[in-house]
Amino acid sequence: MTHEPSPSPGAGPAVIARAMVRRFGATAALDGLSFELARGELLGLVGPDGAGKTTAIRALAGLLALDGGEAQVLGADPLSGANRERLGLMPQQYSLYRDLTVEENLHFFARLYVLPRAVYRERKERLLAITRLDRFTDRRADALSGGMYKKLALACALLHQPEVLLLDEPTNGVDPVSRRELWALLHEFVHGGMTVLVSTPYMDEAERCSRVALVHRGRALLDGEPGALIARFEDEAYEVHGGDRERLDAALAAHPAVLAASPAGARLRVVIARGARDEVARAVAPLGAGLEPTHPDFEDLFLARIREAA
Amino acid sequence: MTPATATAAPTVEARELTRRFGAFLAVDRVSFEVERGEIFGYLGANGAGKSTTIRMLTGLLAPTSGAGRVAGHDLATEPEGVKASIGYMSQKFSLYLDLPVRENLIFFGGAYGLWGKALERRADEVLALADLGDAGDAITGDLPGGVRQRLALASAILQRPQVLFLDEPTAGVDPVARRTFWRVIRDLAREGTTVFVTTHYLDEAEYCRRIGLMVDGKLVALDTPAGLKARWVPERLLVARGRDLARAVERARDLPGVKNVMRFGAALHLRVEPGALSEQDAAAALRAGGASEVVVEAAEPTLEDVFLAVVGAGGRGEEGSP
Repeated sequence: MTHEPSPSPGAGPAVIARAMVRRFGATAALDGLSFELARGELLGLVGPDGAGKTTAIRALAGLLALDGGEAQVLGADPLSGANRERLGLMPQQYSLYRDLTVEENLHFFARLYVLPRAVYRERKERLLAITRLDRFTDRRADALSGGMYKKLALACALLHQPEVLLLDEPTNGVDPVSRRELWALLHEFVHGGMTVLVSTPYMDEAERCSRVALVHRGRALLDGEPGALIARFEDEAYEVHGGDRERLDAALAAHPAVLAASPAGARLRVVIARGARDEVARAVAPLGAGLEPTHPDFEDLFLARIREAA
Repeated sequence: MTPATATAAPTVEARELTRRFGAFLAVDRVSFEVERGEIFGYLGANGAGKSTTIRMLTGLLAPTSGAGRVAGHDLATEPEGVKASIGYMSQKFSLYLDLPVRENLIFFGGAYGLWGKALERRADEVLALADLGDAGDAITGDLPGGVRQRLALASAILQRPQVLFLDEPTAGVDPVARRTFWRVIRDLAREGTTVFVTTHYLDEAEYCRRIGLMVDGKLVALDTPAGLKARWVPERLLVARGRDLARAVERARDLPGVKNVMRFGAALHLRVEPGALSEQDAAAALRAGGASEVVVEAAEPTLEDVFLAVVGAGGRGEEGSP
């Protein structure tokens, strides 16, 4: 057995995805996807359903081989299994034993990673409190609601405090209070040096990443710090004041310059292609409404870019 | 209690509905009424009792005590009548992944007693209603998540239900596909279908006419979105945007008159006692705390502010870490 020096912390990126290609039959799930994560970085992977986010995470976790390009985690090919105990993965579905209770699942993962008993006990208490699963420790995994199951899976993936954590939509079905608590926890781990790659359909979560990659049809459309991406966003966001939201929505749905419409309280929020403000204002005026500029957010950007790329 | 319109009996009625699992009280004396054609949102934390309530109202689970009626049928004495008048989309996808989309609908339509030309016609109708017009021949397992959820919805409306129960229908669905999904729901409601829906996306809950909020098995709030905001977030709401706001959270929390500071994406929401803190003072404090490019504006609360106030983070000061 040869002994290679383990890379010193801070040397090189923790995760490298270089022009990754993966085909399933005739469709290319990954079609040249590239991104990198420095150590201690939190990268959000966002994109429409079917964009290739899950395939990318599976490739980086060493669960599937690429047809082209390269994946690297902590300096090694993930397929080699060299860094398995330094890597944590929370897949989108079915990572727990259905017939074990909440407590038994946690205990199983603690034994798998050979955690000392005192460390296990302390982390378990903390993770159970944060996920609010402490009332449900005796409940079997298959009797948990979708959101509670997700929280338990995340707790199991965090138990051994991996250096690199891959999370595939960890907060689907998780309620807004627990979602905030889980993100506070992620930030705490990142602050302590953990590198995290997370895919999410929640754009408010994307805003909380240090960097975001917007994936569409197997490639990255955009990659950058979310605040900077929003600052560079060239379309315009408005709230529609006055008029009836449903009637306005129906009237604007087919308007070519309206890139996105969302409810904002009782009002409608729209993203309008740059320079088309007056045209849209004329369209809503007969309905008794006008446009007020508002701050674009990452969801506006997502909706506009995906609409353009379609 | 009489519904405001007084035109007809409520489509869904729960009276002191209660369900116990051993020592665990999952649903605790819950009462409400839902009118015909209403989109009724049922919100709460994971484990609050939302799915258990739905399972009782769909006739899948017997209440421990209390009563309910759905589409005029009593839950206890006419469960078959209940089942024949409703559509139910559960959190688990129950269609065959290896079948083409349209064949799945034909199969499930058969299970509802539809057949022949009428079934073929209805399958095409629901494909169009769910905005799946060109997906009929696709293999179900190949569909992206958002499209798959619309197929589950299509199958739930095959038998023209009076009441549609949707249990987190958009969990994990991307923002574009969520908008398409809700367009379909609003179309169905406009045509008279009563929709009972749970979700953790509180922006889309704004489409509900009324919302019930569950905490630990109890229905603690029930009102229109505007009514909930007035009652549960009576303070002034300031929204702060800028860079490095996370650094200034603690300082903002310690300001006089600030009841609570919550993160909303990259922004902060400050709940402030009326007259206590101006936008300018809040911005200055955040800058002093290490944030930059700070803009603070008063705004209307969102339903997520309401949820956080009701469900509990409100009283605890929330997140300590950046």
